Amino acid sequence: MTSHAWLLLGLFLLVLLALVKPLGIYIADVMEGRPTWALRMGSSIESVIYRLCGVRKDEEMGWLHYALAIVLFNGLGVLAVYALQRFQLWLPLNPQQMANVSPDSAFNTAVSFVTNTNWQGYAGESTMSYLTQMLALTVQNFLSAATGIVVVIALIRGFARHTAQSIGNAWVDLTRITLYVLLPLALVFAVFLVSQGVIQNFAAYQEVETLDVTTYEQPKLDVAGQPLKDDQGNLVTEPVATQTQTLAMGPVASQEAIKMLGTNGGGFFNANSAHPFENPTPLTNFFQMLSIFLIPGALCYTFGRMVGDTRQGWAVLAAMTVLFAVMAVAAITFEQQGNPLFTGVDQAANATQAGGNMEGKETRFGIADSGLFATITTAASCGAVIAMHDSFTPLGGMVPLVMMQLGEVVFGGVGSGLYGMLVFAIMAVFIAGLMIGRTPEYLGKKIEAYEMKMTSIAILVTPLLVLAGTAIAVMTASGQAGIFNPGAHGFSEVLYAFTSAGNNNGSAFAGLGANTPFYNVMLAIAMWFGRLAVIVPVLAIAGSLAAKKRIAVTAGTLPTHGPLFVTLLIGTVLLVGLLNYVPALALGPVVEHLMLWSGH
Amino acid sequence: MRTLIRPAITLFILLSIVTGLLYPLLVTGISQALFPEQAAGNLIERDGKRVGSRLIGQNFTDPKYFWGRPSATSPYPNNAAASGGSNLGPLNPALKVAVESRVKTLCEADSGNVTPIPIDLVTASASGLDPHISPAAADYQIGRVARARGLALEVVQALVAQYTEDRQWGFFGEPRVNVLALNLALDRLRPESRP
Repeated sequence: MTSHAWLLLGLFLLVLLALVKPLGIYIADVMEGRPTWALRMGSSIESVIYRLCGVRKDEEMGWLHYALAIVLFNGLGVLAVYALQRFQLWLPLNPQQMANVSPDSAFNTAVSFVTNTNWQGYAGESTMSYLTQMLALTVQNFLSAATGIVVVIALIRGFARHTAQSIGNAWVDLTRITLYVLLPLALVFAVFLVSQGVIQNFAAYQEVETLDVTTYEQPKLDVAGQPLKDDQGNLVTEPVATQTQTLAMGPVASQEAIKMLGTNGGGFFNANSAHPFENPTPLTNFFQMLSIFLIPGALCYTFGRMVGDTRQGWAVLAAMTVLFAVMAVAAITFEQQGNPLFTGVDQAANATQAGGNMEGKETRFGIADSGLFATITTAASCGAVIAMHDSFTPLGGMVPLVMMQLGEVVFGGVGSGLYGMLVFAIMAVFIAGLMIGRTPEYLGKKIEAYEMKMTSIAILVTPLLVLAGTAIAVMTASGQAGIFNPGAHGFSEVLYAFTSAGNNNGSAFAGLGANTPFYNVMLAIAMWFGRLAVIVPVLAIAGSLAAKKRIAVTAGTLPTHGPLFVTLLIGTVLLVGLLNYVPALALGPVVEHLMLWSGH
Repeated sequence: MRTLIRPAITLFILLSIVTGLLYPLLVTGISQALFPEQAAGNLIERDGKRVGSRLIGQNFTDPKYFWGRPSATSPYPNNAAASGGSNLGPLNPALKVAVESRVKTLCEADSGNVTPIPIDLVTASASGLDPHISPAAADYQIGRVARARGLALEVVQALVAQYTEDRQWGFFGEPRVNVLALNLALDRLRPESRP
C-alpha cells in the first residue's frame, strides 16, 4: 500500500467519525419527534400527509402491526416499479423510445430496488426511460432506505422502552425519515454532484462528431436481415467506420445522490459510479464514499443516544470500523500487486501512474480509491462500483465477497447494517452468557429463548439463501449458462451473485450473464427473503424486548461498551461468517489465487 | 389489516410524488440555474460543431493523436450509449491475449520505443469511457505523436505538461491527462494537419 493510500484511508475515517455525532443527534431528534427547527418547519406538511392517509400520529403500533405495515408498503413498491417498467413505452419522458421491460427482468428489478439491493440485470442507459428511473427507481432509492432506518429505530425503541406494548408508528416514522433526513441530504449532495460534472437533464441522447474515425467489425446480414454465416458456421463480419459518438443523458444527479446516501447502489448507467457522468472527479468519489457510510455510521450514535448511553453506540461503531479498516487495507494491497501474467508492461506505482491491476479501473481513481471504494460499497450494502470487481485479483475480489458474507453488518445498509449488528450483539452476549453461566442480558434486557430463536432465523436465513442458491445454479444448465469467465473464477461469479442478492448488496462480478429468467427469478427470491425474513424477526425481537422489564446493572453484568465486548462482537461476526462460507471461498478465489501465482 | 391499507396506498403515492417527481425537478431547476454547462454534460464545440464531452473518452487509433484507455464497450470502443468494462478475470486467457495484442499494436506504432508500457494503456477501463490516461501513458506516446505531426519533441512535451492534472486539491485521486482535451490542443497547434 502506498503512503497516499494510507493517508486516504485515514482522512476518510477522520471525516466520517467527525460527522457521525452531529447527524446521529439530528436523526435521534427527528425519530423521537422532538420539536426541533426541522420538525417545526415541516409540521404543516406532515399534518396534511397524515390527514390524507387517515393516520393519527400519536397512535402507535405493536410489532406485528408495524411489520405488516412495512411488508405492505414494500409490496406496493414492487407492484409500482414492475408496472412502470412494463408500460414505460407508452408513458412520458421516454425520448429514446425505450421498450417495455421483459416480465422477468422487470420483476427482478422491482424486488431488487424495493429491498435496497439494487442488483441490476439490465443496463440502465439502454433499458430504462427517464420516467422509470425517477418515478420507479429513485422513489425506491428513498423508500427502501427509509424502510431500513425505521426498522432499526423500532428495534432501538425495543431496547429503550420497558413494559411497553408498542414500538412506534410505521407511517409517521417513514414520513419523517424521508422528509427530514433523506430528502435534504440528497438535495444538497445532488447539487454538489452537478457542480462537479454529474449531468442532470431531460434531453435526448446527444450525438457528437468525434476527432478520429473508429472502425469495427459488424455482423453481415443477408437479404432477410439474418446474420450471415460461413461454411464453418462462424459469423461473417464486415468492417464499418463511424465518426459519431452518442452520449447517454438523463436526470442522473438526483438519483446518484440518494443512490449513495441510501446505500442503494443502483447506477443510472451500466458502468455505475465508474461512469464519468455519475462520478466525474476524485472529489465526487471521496464524497460518494463518505455518503455511503454517513447514515449507517450516524445511526450508531443515534442508537447510543436513544438507549441513554452513547458508549454503547461507540462500541458498535468501533467493532465496525476495525473490521472495515483491516479489509480495506487488504483490498488495496492485493490490487496494487497487479497481474503476474503480463509481460512488457510497467505495473509499478510511481509519481506518474497508479500501476497495479488496472483492468476494469478508471485512471482518475487508480488503485487506492478503487480498493477503498470496493470495500466500502460491500461493507455497507451499497453495491455501487467504480471498478469492475470481476476483474479484481483473486484475493482483492475476495474482500468484497467476504464483506457481504459477514452479513452486511460492517456499517451495512442504512438501518439494516445496525439492526444486523445488534442481532450479532445479542448473539455475542448469549455466547458470553453460556461461557460464564449467567442469563445473557443486553442493555438491561434479559435475552431469552424467544429472542434467541428470532436471532437465529435472522442470522441463518441469508447463508441458507446464498449457499443453496449457488448450489442450485452451478448444478443446473441454465445456471451454468450465465458463467462468463472460465475455471474457479466462474464459480466465484455465481457465488458472488447469490451473496450479493441474499445480503441485499447489489454489486456483481458483472461478467455473469444474469439477465435470464433463471437468474432473474432465483436472485429475486434471494433478495426478497434476504430482506424481509430478517426484518420480520428483528421487529419481533423489538416487540418482545419493549414488553420486558428493565433489570438493574449489577456486578455480574457484562459491560457492553468496552474493548472486551468490541472484541467479542468482532469475534462473533467473524466466527459465523467464516463457518458458513470458508468452504465456498476455498473453491473460488482461494484456488484462483494459487493458480495465478503458481510459478511466479 | 384493513386499517393499514389506506395509509399504505396514500403514503406510497404521496412520497412517490415528492421523491420521484418534485425532488428530481427541483434538482434539475437548481442545476440549470447554477451549473447549466455541467448539467448538460460538459459538451465541447469546435467550429460550431459538437465534438464530444470533456468527461467522455473517445477512441483514437491515428498515430498523430494520443490514444486513450482501451474500451470494452460493444459493438465498438467508447460507445457512450452502452458503458461497461470487460469483466475479464485475472486468469482468463482472453485477458492475456487482449493485453498482448495491445502491447504489440503500441510497439508497432512506435518501433524505436523500448520502455515498458504503462499498464493503464493496455487494460480496459471500468466504464469503457475513461477520459483520462496516466501521465506515464502520455509520456510514453510523446515520441510517436511528435514524429507523426512533424513537431519538435519539446513542443509536445510542453503541451502534455500543460494538460497534466495533479491530484484534485493536491490530494484526491490520481494525476491524469485528459486525452480529448490534449488532442484538441494538438489540433489547434497545427490547424492544417486536421483530417
